[in-house]
Amino acid sequence: MINYIWSGLMLISLVTALFTGKLEIVTNAAMEGASEAVSMSLSLLGMICLWTGIMKIAQDSGTIDIFARTMRPVTKLLFPRLPENCEACDAIVMNMVANIFGMANAATPLGLKAMKELSRLNKSAVASHEMCMFVVINTASLQLIPSTVIALRHGAKNPFEIIVPVWIVSLLSIMAGAGAARLFSLRE
Amino acid sequence: MEFISIAVIPLMFFGIIGYGLVKKVKVFDSFIFGAKDGLETSFAILPSLIALLTAISMFRASGALDILTELISPLLSLIRFPKELAPLALMRPISGSGALAIVKGMLEQFGPDSFLGRSASVMMGSTETTFYTLAVYFGSINIKDTRYTVKAALLADLTGMVASVYVVRLMLC
Repeated sequence: MINYIWSGLMLISLVTALFTGKLEIVTNAAMEGASEAVSMSLSLLGMICLWTGIMKIAQDSGTIDIFARTMRPVTKLLFPRLPENCEACDAIVMNMVANIFGMANAATPLGLKAMKELSRLNKSAVASHEMCMFVVINTASLQLIPSTVIALRHGAKNPFEIIVPVWIVSLLSIMAGAGAARLFSLRE
Repeated sequence: MEFISIAVIPLMFFGIIGYGLVKKVKVFDSFIFGAKDGLETSFAILPSLIALLTAISMFRASGALDILTELISPLLSLIRFPKELAPLALMRPISGSGALAIVKGMLEQFGPDSFLGRSASVMMGSTETTFYTLAVYFGSINIKDTRYTVKAALLADLTGMVASVYVVRLMLC
């Protein structure tokens, strides 16, 4: 999909530029865009490393496990049909906690492990209700601190002011997604 | 409300480092190890960031973006959704780097303290790269029939996009 989007953006830009007579501007824009990508990732580098460093301390001290234990009731609510203390439950809880703390590198392998455990319970090429619910939750954002966006907002009067609004919007969007998934699963 | 936003990061740092010391973790070594991980991630996304930022930069400069936004603007004004946010809402579920590039552009153009800058930030922070997650998660176990997952996930995205605008209007303006 990204193949079509990327080539589409490039080709449409070039064709449009031909008609609007902006070929030269577009060529310059291409080079500016490329170098801007480098300066952008350099300016984000510090914040990202600070964050992953702090999160590694949380992981090593067992803070993450404590959070995982308090998350149990939530998973019971979202996945009522899963047996208690199964391997899939553990992976699901750890994946959600990793997402909450913005540990994308840890979240994806845990999420894939959860999918594998769920498919062991399912044994079919059709997704189970638990898989659908789990993927819907992962396509929504659980992240507590949107650190990348905050880093981009340097120069703002208060770069952190978006944190509480982000929590509210994330919660609304997760409730919409999880609620819809539950309704669809009951209808089928 | 503003106090929570300012206090949450210092509190987290204090709690995590303090608890690490209590648990006798070598906090400095752990930090360095984790930061190295962040370094690798940043460089890993650089190639796709270059590809997408180049394409988006061209798309904007050619005037194609303006044409696209004009085309869908009647639909957007129906729900009082600012048309300047449309490119971000379209890109967000497809590519994280692409969306990040659009947010950066908007923060530069409108300023981080403007209504549009704030809405774009909240939208970016409260949504995810839906199609990427769908592909990776279901692809990993060879599921062909994903049933209602796409519908529910896109409904969550739509809720997030529209709610970002309304929550910023209510809370930050």
